[in-house]
Amino acid sequence: MPGAIHAEGLVKTFGDVRALDGVDLDVPEGTVLGLLGPNGAGKTTTVRVLTTLLRPDSGRAEVAGLDVLRQPNEVRRSIGLSGQFAAVDEYLTGRENLQMVGRLYQMPGREAKKRADELLERFNLADAADRTAKTYSGGMRRRLDLAAALVVSPPVMFMDEPTTGLDPRNRQALWDVIQKLVAGGTTLLLTTQYLEEADRLADDIAVVDHGKVIARGTSDELKHRTGGERIEVVVHERDRIEDARRILAPQGKGEVSLDQHTRRLTVPVSGGAKLLAEVIRELDASGIEIDDIGLRRPTLDDVFISLTGHAAVVNDAGTDPEGDGDGDSRTATAARGTDPKNPEVTQ
Amino acid sequence: MSTMADAPGTSRQAVAPRGRGGIGQSVTDSLIVAKRNLIRMVRIPEVIIFGLFQPIMFVVLFSYVFGGSINLPGAGVNPDDYRGFLMAGIFAQTVTFATAGAGAGIAEDMHKGLIDRFRSLPMARGAVLTGRTLADAVQTALTLVVLAVVALLVGWRVEEGILKALGGFGLLLLLGYAFTWIGALIGLSVRTPEAATSGGLVWLFPLTFISVAFVPSQNMPTFLAHIAEWNPFSATVMAARELFGNLPAGYPVPDAWPMQNPVLASLLYSVVIIVLFRTLAVRKYRSSAG
Repeated sequence: MPGAIHAEGLVKTFGDVRALDGVDLDVPEGTVLGLLGPNGAGKTTTVRVLTTLLRPDSGRAEVAGLDVLRQPNEVRRSIGLSGQFAAVDEYLTGRENLQMVGRLYQMPGREAKKRADELLERFNLADAADRTAKTYSGGMRRRLDLAAALVVSPPVMFMDEPTTGLDPRNRQALWDVIQKLVAGGTTLLLTTQYLEEADRLADDIAVVDHGKVIARGTSDELKHRTGGERIEVVVHERDRIEDARRILAPQGKGEVSLDQHTRRLTVPVSGGAKLLAEVIRELDASGIEIDDIGLRRPTLDDVFISLTGHAAVVNDAGTDPEGDGDGDSRTATAARGTDPKNPEVTQ
Repeated sequence: MSTMADAPGTSRQAVAPRGRGGIGQSVTDSLIVAKRNLIRMVRIPEVIIFGLFQPIMFVVLFSYVFGGSINLPGAGVNPDDYRGFLMAGIFAQTVTFATAGAGAGIAEDMHKGLIDRFRSLPMARGAVLTGRTLADAVQTALTLVVLAVVALLVGWRVEEGILKALGGFGLLLLLGYAFTWIGALIGLSVRTPEAATSGGLVWLFPLTFISVAFVPSQNMPTFLAHIAEWNPFSATVMAARELFGNLPAGYPVPDAWPMQNPVLASLLYSVVIIVLFRTLAVRKYRSSAG
């Protein structure tokens, strides 16, 4: 059975820029694909092609079994799109926005009104329903935008960077909403620059760079491909860093690296929790005070760097919703070295 | 993902009902979008209010400052003659300035991602643009009403009866509507609302001044006079003047065909502009890469 989303050899150039350079995708029905990549990788262009907004130069695509190029209006009936920029009319109220979208899906007036009320309730916007969207917070606008994409309960959803620019609390709340949505069986293609987001929401991840899918798999598969675990130590006193490095060096199977600013030493290892315990004992015996220590599995950040040779996002404050580095494993302890199957369980 | 495990037996979900298609859907969709734009106008009344300042200022300035010093061929130096002659020109110039509003509005919708939202919906082809231009026509009509009242206050009168006068306003409105389609195309072609505003305005100055709107073409160099007399804008000005009865008794109407048959010429020009620019704008809308 063909997937709910299927694309073959999509190419799109803008002037000299090859935005898409042969993108192939397959998203089985009822699953979530995370399209992960830096700005300009081709994520948004891919979504625009699949949602009929942009004609590719070559290649073909089907969404919900319908040909995107030949049956665009049929495709539009079966999809919901939630954009990077909250596409709601800020001078209309939340209710008016949703009613308008319903009417434009050819719902009768009464039905559009009923559906708008349901969605406002479900997205916790009922109290703000009759205020113009201009008065909404960023998180409320995103929820309204998402609600607008769900007016007809489309079987296939596209979300282009749904949480970009949101603060951690709102991001978390939106993730919960999205998880409930996909639990209902909606097929979702989600683009993101946030590795944590892909980790948390997607069944499968396609890493995109320079208009190509450069790797594909589950989050765990991608992490395994990148290689093993490592120990990270944050040394309390700066002048004991070199002592700590001398203890770590013989245990590792590679170079010990140091982040001066955070006083963090990192070394690749292969001994698991047992080795970690040993390192802790040695550090303790030498009287080196540590702020944090943990056994770290590779994160999607590491995956990205090893695949592309550059970080997903460079120094973008928004990259890190937790504000403390990669939220998944920074505070990892030996106990968490046990390979979690579901990333979200460990949150 | 773990959540899939507890998904209830996933039944095929409701998708949008099939559209009726055709003209019916075009009309409905256009009206839905027009309603949306009218709601916006009511909630941002500044736009209409400031939009009225300039034409009102023109009415007052031209009547009182230039009024006495512009000679109309075939008429005396009576300022009332020029005032009557002038009003159709100012009305016409005002309606063409709606172009900039339409362009800026559409550019803003592109910029904010609303056009993407609309384009991802199963809507009729031209409905987003038609809705916008219809809403602008309502605004233009309102502006004309206010302007007519101001003109009456400074002494302008219609001399040919109310029906013909309404016909004159109808032609002005049609010209304004035609020009909003040019604005729509500009709005879709530029990247920012600011560019759409200036891009929508610059060419309107030569267009409206190299015309018979403010001074008779007889006073211009021959070369410019030809342009002025064949200018689509002039045709509507002349038609309105004729229908309002604002041409001084002995005024020598230029020989150019649109000047001799201004009502027909005005209609033809406006219809051609609408057909041409609607086609171009809708095509641009459907292919816009945003």
